[in-house]
Amino acid sequence: MKEMKVISKRFDKVNPLSIQDYINTNGYTFLKKAIKMERISIIEEVEASYLRGRGGAGFPTHIKMMGLAKETSMPKYIICNADEGEPGNFKDRAILEKDPYAVIEGMTIVAYATGATKGYVYIRGEYLEALKIMKHCIQEATENNLLGNNILGEKFNFTLEVRSGAGSYVCGEEFALIESIEGKPGRTRIKPPFPTQKGVFNQPTMISNVETFANIPFIIEIGGKEYHKIGTPSSTGTKLLSLSGNIKNPGVYEVPFGVTIRAVIEELGGGTLNNRKIKMIQLGGSCGPIIPEYMLDMIIDYERFEEFESKTGSGAIIVMDDRSDIFDILMNTVLFFEHESCGKCVPCREGHVQLLKIIDKFVKRTASSKDLDSLESLARVMHQTSLCGLGQSSPTSIISTIRFFRDEYLDRIDHPASN
Amino acid sequence: MAKLRINNIDIEVEDNLTILNAAKKYNINIPTLCNYPDLHINSECRICVVEIEGRKGLVTSCSTPVRDGMVIKTNSPRVLNARKTITELILANHDSNCNACAKNMNCELQNLSSVLGIDKSRFESTLEIAPIDEDNPSLMRNPNRCIKCGRCVIVCKEVQSTNVLELMGRSHALTVTPAFGKFLSSEECTFCGQCSSVCPVGAIMEKDETDKVWAAINNDNKRVIVQIAPAVRVSLGEELGMAPGSIVTGKIVSALKLIGFDDVFDTDFTADLTIIEEGNELIQRVTTGGTLPMITSCCPGWINFAEQNFPEILPNISTCKSPQQMFGALSKSYFTEKVGIKKEDLFVVSIMPCTAKKYEAQRPEMSVDGKHPDVDVVLTVRELGKMIKQMGIDFKTLEDTKFDNPFGITTGAAAIFGNTGGVMEAALRTVYEVVNKKPLENIDFKDVRGLDGFKETTVNLGGMDVKVAVVHTLANARIIAEQIKNGTSPYAFIEVMACPGGCIGGGGTPYGTNTSVRQKRIDALYEVDGAMAIRKSHENPSITKIYEEYLIKPLGEKSHHLLHTHYHARKVKHNEDKKNVMATY
Repeated sequence: MKEMKVISKRFDKVNPLSIQDYINTNGYTFLKKAIKMERISIIEEVEASYLRGRGGAGFPTHIKMMGLAKETSMPKYIICNADEGEPGNFKDRAILEKDPYAVIEGMTIVAYATGATKGYVYIRGEYLEALKIMKHCIQEATENNLLGNNILGEKFNFTLEVRSGAGSYVCGEEFALIESIEGKPGRTRIKPPFPTQKGVFNQPTMISNVETFANIPFIIEIGGKEYHKIGTPSSTGTKLLSLSGNIKNPGVYEVPFGVTIRAVIEELGGGTLNNRKIKMIQLGGSCGPIIPEYMLDMIIDYERFEEFESKTGSGAIIVMDDRSDIFDILMNTVLFFEHESCGKCVPCREGHVQLLKIIDKFVKRTASSKDLDSLESLARVMHQTSLCGLGQSSPTSIISTIRFFRDEYLDRIDHPASN
Repeated sequence: MAKLRINNIDIEVEDNLTILNAAKKYNINIPTLCNYPDLHINSECRICVVEIEGRKGLVTSCSTPVRDGMVIKTNSPRVLNARKTITELILANHDSNCNACAKNMNCELQNLSSVLGIDKSRFESTLEIAPIDEDNPSLMRNPNRCIKCGRCVIVCKEVQSTNVLELMGRSHALTVTPAFGKFLSSEECTFCGQCSSVCPVGAIMEKDETDKVWAAINNDNKRVIVQIAPAVRVSLGEELGMAPGSIVTGKIVSALKLIGFDDVFDTDFTADLTIIEEGNELIQRVTTGGTLPMITSCCPGWINFAEQNFPEILPNISTCKSPQQMFGALSKSYFTEKVGIKKEDLFVVSIMPCTAKKYEAQRPEMSVDGKHPDVDVVLTVRELGKMIKQMGIDFKTLEDTKFDNPFGITTGAAAIFGNTGGVMEAALRTVYEVVNKKPLENIDFKDVRGLDGFKETTVNLGGMDVKVAVVHTLANARIIAEQIKNGTSPYAFIEVMACPGGCIGGGGTPYGTNTSVRQKRIDALYEVDGAMAIRKSHENPSITKIYEEYLIKPLGEKSHHLLHTHYHARKVKHNEDKKNVMATY
């Protein structure tokens, strides 16, 4: 299997800082094309492509665009969510550092189509290089009349600014991110109203992932219908994957939806180091499910991933071999979320500490079957009742390991203090 | 209208209603915790979750609007289990020593836990004991009882615009605290106590001073007198199992006598006196080109707010002491002289709907001899309720008793001091007749009544149309203060009350105060007013008498000494040493 380089076509081939390099490789051709189109036809092209959000939740992009376009309250905002903080994910960083103008062009096209006049790229605080690059590129684009007032001589204004958090994971959640842009602590808001109704500064806002915006010029290039032919019917286009863990060739790979996880691991990743047996993989990063080796023939698409009661479409694959201990991994994962919870809602604020206490009993082999019940019940309650995606998805690793590796839990109960 | 199904019952309700309120209409009461009437939906406790057919997760009924065709379950096993689990999680991080908490039997968490039938928590306690903040005269903050529901933060931020309390830190270390984990006294806290009024548990309460009162009553060398504020007579009943708006004036006098107070007086008397002094001050300012607009000074929360935030407008505030402090000053001068006892042998107690009054009583300006406070102890309505219960009095069946003299004869004008617009109306009833030298045809100034945040009216005084305004809540006070600061205020006289609804919505009134309860208390005050034989302060014969006997004339030398005060611009010392609970994460 070979990669299908659509979003990553310029990676390591052009100087990412050079707007001239970008233009020489077909860059800004599609903004020029889009700006001559009816605004609604742009959204119709995106609808025909059935592009879905690449941040994980997989929400159809055209619905957000249409929602924003319909709003009449001005100004309207576009936000690029570049707060990639999920452990195991690093594909947005690759785009930001290797083809930043594609994101800017994509945002500009969306702004034109929806009537937005102001945009933010919210970049994870730790992505210092990406921050520097993006600032430079926004300035270059502005100087070249590709951002700012009367873009390309048309009656179209769109300005772009970089914002960054201070390293809080939850600021990747759309409303926490919006609060952070407003200068407030990163704590989410209640929905409804949704961002397209009342987003940043209570104005209509469309917020999408880096990779989603990077797809927009390509959709304008080949048209929605052609785009829809790539991938599977429910998951169209290509996906950037972040491959990590015990793998020979870790990194970012671009494949069409519909390939199997096994093909990605073996043919692109080169299998495990020392050819160790794979025990399990975690999909989507720390908030995703942990599934056993025998499920690797599963294809990569949104629908399959949704079966795990989790939104795992961000495209991370973490490979773990037969030496890995489930409880080590759970401890590490839940500690991360316990640290990153914003503390606003009860299940997430008080739940993670309690999960840790119970997992610790499994680590120390002092757990009882009651503890297993409590763990599963608490994880489900957190999943079902937390206010935002953090607490809803953080227990996924627990729920999935209880489902697929129940024996390992029982083993710890059946053998108290044997350690 | 939306048609939907809740627990197999078909219902039809207006669109935009939340599931919580829609269910309530059909007598299905979904339990809540962080939700509070009048405050914006917070949705952080997640107790009110329900199941909607077709949705994987549970949704909070407080924040989710109904939609046509929804099929909702409010009591499925999944829902009940979630509610129970969430409550157990809260309990695991809460000081659950209920017997040693003043909120015992009056606690929303305790009630919820009982409704859900929780008899043990599956979870280990994660409570880390933090120090208690008692570094001020009004409020006690016990972070160990705090469940981080955020109500106090919302009321402080949105209703009062004071922004003293804030959520700090994150995850399990989230705390509700003044900035940087300091004391309330190290921030611009007005001690209005609205936070204590909305707290579902015992995390923020008035400082209990009932012990001091019991000690004084049982001290044979002390003559212990008590005054009750206007709002107390229409709110105390709720504390003792009566309906909101019950008028219990005579019962309170009886109860206070049973408790052992030597004399039971009415703050309404000094409210009438305030009208005479303040009315004359207004006339003087208008006729001699003094600073206008003049603003009322009865509300200590407002005074604290102005001193801390608007030093520029302090000359606009009436120099009159509040009725509580006029009472204190007269008690420790006129009254002691009249009955022939030493000041130090008199112990003055106030019953107030207010927590800021505790602060006011301790201000150094509020002492006629410069040594002892004029008012020794201030109790909230809730604290008096507690004393009545401790005394074992069956309040509901008490006979009525009249107030004692010389501070017992009052007017309807004084009674309405207890609600927003009341001071204004009382003042207008007097100022109109004094200036225009003719009786008012209609003494009801309806434009300044009611729960609107801003009210205004125009009165003709001596041939001149004078514009007056009434505001309540400190957020509204801030707007009116900014106007004055900018020189754009069109008014001659402004009444400001810090709490929503005025004193009947004060931070020291019985728990559960909301718009409907406030309205009932207000209606009761106007009922008291309407039933009074005298309804204008200047017609109160006792007031006439005290001027003849003692004060000589309004704004005179004696008045100046006893009944007037001054204000200081003061920035709170943001003292680093006062660091209290610094959350570290």
